[in-house]
Amino acid sequence: MSNAAEPISAHPVEYIQHHLTNWCIGCDPVTHKPASIVDFSAFFVDTFLWSVALAVLFGWAAWKVGKNLDADKPGPFQNLVEAIVEFVNQQVKDIFPGSNPYIGPIGLTIFVWVFLMNTMDLVPVDLVPGFTAWVAGLFGADPHHVYMKIVPTTNLDTTFGLALVVFAMIVYYNVKVKGPMGYIKQYLFHPFGKFLIPVNIIMTAIEEVAKPVSLALRLFGNMFAGELLFLLIALLSFSYFVLPAQVALGTLWAIFHILVITLQAFIFMLLTIVYLGLAHQTDH
Amino acid sequence: MNITATLIGQMLVFAILIWFIKAVLWEPMINMLEDRRNRIAEGLAAAERGAHEQELAQERAKETLHEAKQQAADIVSQAQRRAGEIVDEAKHAAREEGERLKAAAQAEIDQEVSRAREELRKQVSTVAVQGVEKILGKEIDAASHSQILDELASQI
Repeated sequence: MSNAAEPISAHPVEYIQHHLTNWCIGCDPVTHKPASIVDFSAFFVDTFLWSVALAVLFGWAAWKVGKNLDADKPGPFQNLVEAIVEFVNQQVKDIFPGSNPYIGPIGLTIFVWVFLMNTMDLVPVDLVPGFTAWVAGLFGADPHHVYMKIVPTTNLDTTFGLALVVFAMIVYYNVKVKGPMGYIKQYLFHPFGKFLIPVNIIMTAIEEVAKPVSLALRLFGNMFAGELLFLLIALLSFSYFVLPAQVALGTLWAIFHILVITLQAFIFMLLTIVYLGLAHQTDH
Repeated sequence: MNITATLIGQMLVFAILIWFIKAVLWEPMINMLEDRRNRIAEGLAAAERGAHEQELAQERAKETLHEAKQQAADIVSQAQRRAGEIVDEAKHAAREEGERLKAAAQAEIDQEVSRAREELRKQVSTVAVQGVEKILGKEIDAASHSQILDELASQI
């Protein structure tokens, strides 16, 4: 355990590990980790709370704009929302064949919600965890065992949660558009024709499973790496001489990260539209 | 880096959020944008129609003006022609009237002449009788020589 009087850079591994540990219910009391890679008895409170808070924020803003829609004199916030909605709608029109009233809302939700969750990455890494530890300390808890990880997308649960919903929709629309037999046929006769059915099944299964897995891991990897780099930059505060370097690097990485968080949200949305578009194509 | 029960929660939140966003934001906004697009298109079409109509009206006005000018010119030329005719008619009538007056005067003159001649004839016979009486120194019975006198008078 690190001593509070010592600078954080004295224990870099502990510092980083502390920051990478979730506020967890049902985890091991000593390691604060779930018992295994897949453990449905554990629950990450911080990830869930922050993502729900951001979802509520998004939902509230959407409700507010949707309720006060004014076609003739749009306010500045309505203009912003209109621009985003038009942008997503344009992507859907460009990519998605035919029309499905759900594709647009799915794309918009993914884009904005993922963007908001990613944006939590730009909050200084020690701000919220430090504040939470201080508040918990007031209530008599040990600050070293208070964990608060505020970026929901650096958690596999969130990214896989999104990806699995998308996957479920891919399967649903495949079955709906092509029929159950059509969907099974796609597994049997794609991509090598009817003479290589076993190979086809394996190839198509890999192709289909790779869709949600790549969606989830891409977002998770980018956000996790971004957060880790922020933590490493935060560790530079071991001396006043390198403080300028910390400020400069932190600023640079934050500016670059604005691009990354937007881009990842956009890619997640775009690929979702592409995958759902593929699910709607009958002539395969 | 684990999969936990949070996964279920996140999936539920995501699904609810999609439904909520579709209901409160996406559908009203897409409808509103569609309406606005239609209204703008209608407005532009109406403006174009208006401009076209104005053009047509101008064309029509020009035509009307042209026609009016034409008619005015026709009327003026007709009037001029009519004036010429009236003048001709007046000249003609004046000439006829002149002729008539001249003829009347001539007739009166002729009448006067024949009357004067008649008078003269009568007086000639009287003068002739008186002359003969003076020459002969005796009275002549005018009635018995009236045939000779009439013959004489008619030769004047």
